[in-house]
Amino acid sequence: MNLDDLEDLAAKYRADAGDHDTEVRVCLAASCQSSGAQPVFDALSAGCDDGAAAAPCKVKGVGCMGLCSAGPLVAVAAPEAALEAGVIYRDVSAADAPDILASTAPGAAPVERLRCPSDMPFFARQHKIVLQNAGIVDPNSFRGYVMAGGYAAMVQALTEMTAQDVINEVTASGLRGRGGGGYPTGLKWSTVAKMPAGQKYVICNADEGDPGAFMDRAILESDPHRVLEGMAIAAYAIGANKGYIYVRAEYPLAVERLKTAIRKAKRSGFLGNHICETQFNFDVEIRLGAGAFVCGEETALMASIEGGRGQPRPRPPYPAEYGLWGSPTLINNVETYANIAPIVSQGGDWFAGIGTDKSKGTKVFALAGTIVNTGLIEVDMGTRLRDIIFAIGGGIPDGRAFKAVQTGGPSGGCVPEAHLDMPVDYDSLKTLGTMMGSGGMIVMDETANMVDVARFFMEFCMDESCGKCVPCRAGTQQMHGLLERIAKAEASRADLELLEELCDVVQATSLCGLGQTAPNPVLSTLRYFRHEYEEKLG
Amino acid sequence: MPIRAQQPDVSVVTLTIDGQDLSARADETIIEVCRENKIPIPSLCWMDGLSVVGACRLCVVEVDGGPRLQAACATRVREGMSVQTNTDKLQRYRRTLVELLFAERNHVCAVCVSNGHCELQWLAQTCGVDHVRMPYRNTGYNVDSSHEMFRIDHNRCVLCTRCVRVCDEIEGAHTWDVMGRGSGCQVVTDLAKPWGESDSCTSCGKCVQVCPTGALVKQGTSVGEMVKDQQFLSILARRRSSR
Amino acid sequence: MSSGNNKVTVATTWLDGCSGCHMSFLDMDERLVDLAAQIDIVYSPFVDAKTLPEQVDLGILEGSVSSDEDLHKAREFRARCKVLLSLGDCAVNGNVPAMRNPFKLDAVIERAYRENVDLNPQIPTEGVPRLLATVRPVHGVVDVDIFVPGCPPQADAIHYVLTELIAGRTPDPSQVTRFGA
Repeated sequence: MNLDDLEDLAAKYRADAGDHDTEVRVCLAASCQSSGAQPVFDALSAGCDDGAAAAPCKVKGVGCMGLCSAGPLVAVAAPEAALEAGVIYRDVSAADAPDILASTAPGAAPVERLRCPSDMPFFARQHKIVLQNAGIVDPNSFRGYVMAGGYAAMVQALTEMTAQDVINEVTASGLRGRGGGGYPTGLKWSTVAKMPAGQKYVICNADEGDPGAFMDRAILESDPHRVLEGMAIAAYAIGANKGYIYVRAEYPLAVERLKTAIRKAKRSGFLGNHICETQFNFDVEIRLGAGAFVCGEETALMASIEGGRGQPRPRPPYPAEYGLWGSPTLINNVETYANIAPIVSQGGDWFAGIGTDKSKGTKVFALAGTIVNTGLIEVDMGTRLRDIIFAIGGGIPDGRAFKAVQTGGPSGGCVPEAHLDMPVDYDSLKTLGTMMGSGGMIVMDETANMVDVARFFMEFCMDESCGKCVPCRAGTQQMHGLLERIAKAEASRADLELLEELCDVVQATSLCGLGQTAPNPVLSTLRYFRHEYEEKLG
Repeated sequence: MPIRAQQPDVSVVTLTIDGQDLSARADETIIEVCRENKIPIPSLCWMDGLSVVGACRLCVVEVDGGPRLQAACATRVREGMSVQTNTDKLQRYRRTLVELLFAERNHVCAVCVSNGHCELQWLAQTCGVDHVRMPYRNTGYNVDSSHEMFRIDHNRCVLCTRCVRVCDEIEGAHTWDVMGRGSGCQVVTDLAKPWGESDSCTSCGKCVQVCPTGALVKQGTSVGEMVKDQQFLSILARRRSSR
Repeated sequence: MSSGNNKVTVATTWLDGCSGCHMSFLDMDERLVDLAAQIDIVYSPFVDAKTLPEQVDLGILEGSVSSDEDLHKAREFRARCKVLLSLGDCAVNGNVPAMRNPFKLDAVIERAYRENVDLNPQIPTEGVPRLLATVRPVHGVVDVDIFVPGCPPQADAIHYVLTELIAGRTPDPSQVTRFGA
């Protein structure tokens, strides 16, 4: 199969889909479902089948549209049109279904009382590459993905490019790992590719566990084929024939949609043996994580896939050299894989033109905390924090003042007002004492107590420490105890000094990233809000 | 997952440790070279003859002046490598790590059967830990005396997992493993059954001999009487690898 | 390290301990004679003085802090002694007295005064200090300057530490003693 055949296939699918000018998309990702999207979908579907719609239209369950705080979200748009090109409705209930269906008639006015302006900065200022299909295609539909141009990059790679060509494009794109570390993806791929031929593995790390982060969940729930396509391209590039997706069991919807996607892709010959009638074989299996945060660490993740205790081991040897069952293994995050197809289709240079000097492309962030527009956004690297929080996020609700934004989860830190004009990229966040992390952003208003914030994250790290190495196991426990004492105003200045010393020891000596970064929330709140600690000392 | 050299590398490298010029086989780790050359590096989880886990972090060293510390047990030597094993900073870190271990469980040396023969006690002394600055955790642990010959006192366990590894890698029984996570970790026999009821335990006693503290001991020993013999391990390991 | 008459004033007492560290002190035997020329024991179970002077050069505490009274004594010693020394494992790390910490205080008292008593079991309330919920080493309640672990520290270790202090040097007790020694 070549690209022309794929286009023919997409055309055939379009013809099969029947004639309709409009589609009514209902977000059926986890957060809209939790606010009651399923009854809305059912009511709209029933109404459409009964002929309540004024024009040929189709009701379609789709993935995340981003503005989770306004869910359930419904969009009315032309087939495959971008989200902003349609009419978006917020806080929809099943009772609104007849009005929405009626509005699809030619010339009919939109339902103003439900309308969410699609030109608001939340939508207008985003740049969607990873989330290109989210909220547009039906995540359960293989055909939908192909109609949206899906699998073209994989077919192109398999039929027109060598493995080295693919790696060259990824390297040229400047893509860096989206899981948090920011390691250059092209470099990682070429390292695994250079290992002697033989059994190699591709792993997708979907063990997203940072408090307040839901980017990977949304990607998997909205566009699972995109991730599979990225993995297949990666497998082709490094010479692997087997892939694992390690996803937390707490994401049942994502798991379900992934399973469906894998099944349908296999049935259509886009996964499995002789993919698209080429010599390339690639099979993907899902492995469920049992809820241990540390299993997001690559060596612990691999140990868990192998059936062992989810505990990290010292590196080197890195997975690229000695990975799953001792074989060279490529391990990337969900969002990293989701970037691959556009890079292959549109070229590394195109991607490298987006973002900042050292951080290319876009980044998906999950906005949470005290912010008006809670949800999922994708912006160019280098967008200012102020724009993300105030323009796109809509600022702080209830007229309260901004205090800090926490990025990078339990490994990250808090950025205060004074640094909001910093462009967001891997390196600038590091200079602020925090990190990109996987993309969670928790916004805090003036009522937030920073000692409590540090204590919360330390409790998280303490609970999630695997217990293997001494500094992380015993150190986080002691640091948490000291933070408790400070929070209860029972601590002395010596306690604060001991806390700072423990931060240093745990950071410097821990075995894996969990321990090495566990002190970051304390260090960054001490850096910007030291007075809040000192006020509590006896 | 044990890290072992894929194949023995017989080439020789030269490196400096604490300013001393040394030569080593390329497949050796820093700690092995230090032990051969009588350069004292404290360690707890590492043991000659067992796989490397790099868990106690006491053997961390500075390599080539880089900021990231490396566990000497898990780092192979390289040509031209420059290692510092005993800087002020490293001493401070080690002291704190030993303190953390003492604060974590109930190591009451004065009434321990291993008093005077305990690696943790010795580490405290050599690292200059004359008191523990953090509050003791004061969580009580079980003592399992159900085995007819041996006893485990979890109050004195440092979770080095030597018992787990010797049982799995040398004895081949895999009676021991670790359950729980974080501070809740505990070594267990079989699926957390009492040791005396274990189906897999061969009563070989290797775990008792390799245990660095008074956690795994022989029944019937009194304060200071539990002296351990760890010679067997390196002899066994060497004989096996030469076959 | 001295005040006025060229002799170093020393105060000692025991908190929750067995007095073994004080016995070990006496085990310095003939060396005590030389020491007596250099130090003046102004308050101690060894001597008759009943009140702790306002100003003491060196305070030596044996035992852990287990009761109200221990806490009071530790604070008083800290307030009045220029240098405070924790002598022995109980003072340094809680040791045997702290082995009750994993249990609730009520359960400990119940066990000691009722369950294991055959004749007229009763919990003493009068004339005894109230026990604290958690036994702590001395530095858990006040700042301590010198730590001499050991159960008990050998007479040689105590002698080394005292002679170093008298000479105005800071001793390194880990050279001569250790936890449980």
